[in-house]
Amino acid sequence: MRVHNGLRAIMLACAFSTPLAAQVPEQVTLCMPLEPPLLDPTRGPAQAIRELTYGNIFETLVAIDRDGRLQPGLAESWKVSADGLVYDFKLRSGVSFHDGTPFTSFNVAYSVERAKRPESRNAQKWIFDPILRVDTPDPLSARIVLSRPTANFLYGLAWGDAVMVAKGSAAENATVPVGTGPYKFSRWVRGERVELVVNDRWWGAKPTFAKAIFRFISDPAVQVAAIKAGDCDALSNLAAPEAIPALKRDPRLAVTTGYTEGKTILAMNNGKAPFDDVRVRRAIAMAIDRQQVIEGAMSGLGIPIGSHFSPSHPAYVDLTATNAYDPMKAKAMLAQAGFPNGFSATLKLPPPAYARRSGEIIAAMLQQIGVKITIEPLEFPQWLERVFRGKDYDLTLIAHTEPLDINIYARPDYYFQYRSPAFNAALNDAETATSDEARNAAYGRAQKRLADDAVNVFLFLLPKVTVTKAPLTGTWTNWPLPANPLAELSWK
Amino acid sequence: MTKRGARIRLGIGSAVLAIMLILALVSLVWTPGDPYRLAIAQRLQGPSWMHLLGTDQLGRDIAAILMIGARNALLVSVGAVGLSLLVGGALGLIAAMQPDGIGDQMIARTSDLVFAFPVVLLAIMTGLILGPGAASAAMAIAIFTMPVFIRLTRDSAAQLREREFVLAARAMGASWLRIAVRHILPLLLPRLAVQASTQLALALLAEAGLSYLGLGTPPPHPSWGRMLNEAQTYLGTQPLLAILPGVAIALTVMGFNLLGEGLAARLARER
Repeated sequence: MRVHNGLRAIMLACAFSTPLAAQVPEQVTLCMPLEPPLLDPTRGPAQAIRELTYGNIFETLVAIDRDGRLQPGLAESWKVSADGLVYDFKLRSGVSFHDGTPFTSFNVAYSVERAKRPESRNAQKWIFDPILRVDTPDPLSARIVLSRPTANFLYGLAWGDAVMVAKGSAAENATVPVGTGPYKFSRWVRGERVELVVNDRWWGAKPTFAKAIFRFISDPAVQVAAIKAGDCDALSNLAAPEAIPALKRDPRLAVTTGYTEGKTILAMNNGKAPFDDVRVRRAIAMAIDRQQVIEGAMSGLGIPIGSHFSPSHPAYVDLTATNAYDPMKAKAMLAQAGFPNGFSATLKLPPPAYARRSGEIIAAMLQQIGVKITIEPLEFPQWLERVFRGKDYDLTLIAHTEPLDINIYARPDYYFQYRSPAFNAALNDAETATSDEARNAAYGRAQKRLADDAVNVFLFLLPKVTVTKAPLTGTWTNWPLPANPLAELSWK
Repeated sequence: MTKRGARIRLGIGSAVLAIMLILALVSLVWTPGDPYRLAIAQRLQGPSWMHLLGTDQLGRDIAAILMIGARNALLVSVGAVGLSLLVGGALGLIAAMQPDGIGDQMIARTSDLVFAFPVVLLAIMTGLILGPGAASAAMAIAIFTMPVFIRLTRDSAAQLREREFVLAARAMGASWLRIAVRHILPLLLPRLAVQASTQLALALLAEAGLSYLGLGTPPPHPSWGRMLNEAQTYLGTQPLLAILPGVAIALTVMGFNLLGEGLAARLARER
């Protein structure tokens, strides 16, 4: 009888073990702060597009991995000519788009040509500017010929703006994205979530999850509640660093803190009075105590920066002492510029919590030197329309998350409206330099120019706080570029 | 309700409101510390002699912010209900004096329509027109509460319209405006006062709700609702941040409600 009972227990266990194993969720829910305005990374600057699509729906010829290193993507390998002008890519064979269109060198030529078109809304056209032509000797070889040597060309090709698209589907990618990645677009419930399903014909190792959901939660308190309630398997970037200690105490959760490449800046409209006066900009910079902003808005999580450059890059120069915090000097500088009693300005803030919180602190700091700030909170589409594209602002606060994007300061039509031949010369030196040493030195000069000109107030490098259910592995700790590759996720 | 119950309610209600009012008025000239000055090194402190109620996440004195918050809450709710009472009362009287006229129909239907809008939606709309801030929140709450006053005035005035003293006035050739203002309105005032007091409680809650959602007073100006919102992620570190504004809102709402109940009981007895 005893044996019989024992047997029965074992049999029961066996009977249950199969369904239990099958019950391990084959679906993963990843919560991210902002909803992308559209799903085509070649047609808009919003970071949320990249967070969702990079390495999931769309892929690039070369990819950036979790450590910021270049890896083969849709190109298996590549060769660069000695003069740095010819890039030969050998493409992966047997790759196809989600709609069945085969991926060949013609897609490379088409994607580049499409991004270079005058009407293209690609947010990083500079990536494609040096490209003279794309040759397609055979379907699996693509040769990109440049008009000038370009230091970070491969790096640029790894950005979300340079994903490979197909002629037949590219026009609809904003709402029904068709790429080559491990996950296919399934459904977009506006204001709530995007659903993806695994692409069985993907060239890489089979992903763990058959289905993936991206949910959009911007409110820090709701993020904390959602992760605690188990509604999210992972939260890509927690907006409330002050909640970290409490979340770390929860044994069901795992918390990692890392950094993004997000240079958080108080941007000033250099094209508009009084911010066209360098003395005013310097005064604003001197009125702001970075360390206090980091402490108050980010609970101390954030690396101070003094220019538009990430400390993770070898060419980084610490310029945090330029226009250092000194409210008395700031006041004197303002008086010199003709504003002994200060002036009034508006601060337009996009929705992320880091922006809203830092903005409130900075407004109080500027008040101390007589600059009266009216805070105007904006939704992201409004911010993009009015501030980023319309340049209709005095001050705004945002993190620029693309790696190595100091070249945006050379763009006269960019929303800072900064124009400096000296900076452009330094940047050009960096981009055409043939040795790393010369390039880094030139980048150093460019950084220093920005800090001296106080183009913007450079605040801190934005942290990335990842919260996951304890058994989930594979999320990125750092964000060398904003991406959440789902194929790397699995249960422990 | 007994006479004593009514008196106790009136007493407690007015005492609580008087304290809030005094705090709000005092904040015009003095607060315990500058509520706009950040002292991040002193953030999230507990109560001390330096800071009676502690400091918030940016090191501001919580007692000071609460006092200014009281000013904001009272100003918005009293302003909103006052506006709503004036306009709603006038519209209700007009409607009542022209029974079955086009004016009456229009006013009644419009107020039905407005009644169907949630206050948050109204606040988003007024925010788009007036720009976000305390004024648009007050306007939204005023529009939201207006139907209540329109209906109350209209229905009460309609009952009085057929009474002998009104007929007598009319027989003597008084204009409808004179009858409304001189003969009917004074009799409505007590009821309106009771209703206003209840509406004040609702308006205060609505203001806190709108500020909580970011549709009220913008930062850096303190508001109880936004304090609650910002306190959420600090619940584990400094629960006082959420408890204090919560208690302030609850106390003031209770004050208005007790006042309203006390007034209503007294009114019922006098009738």
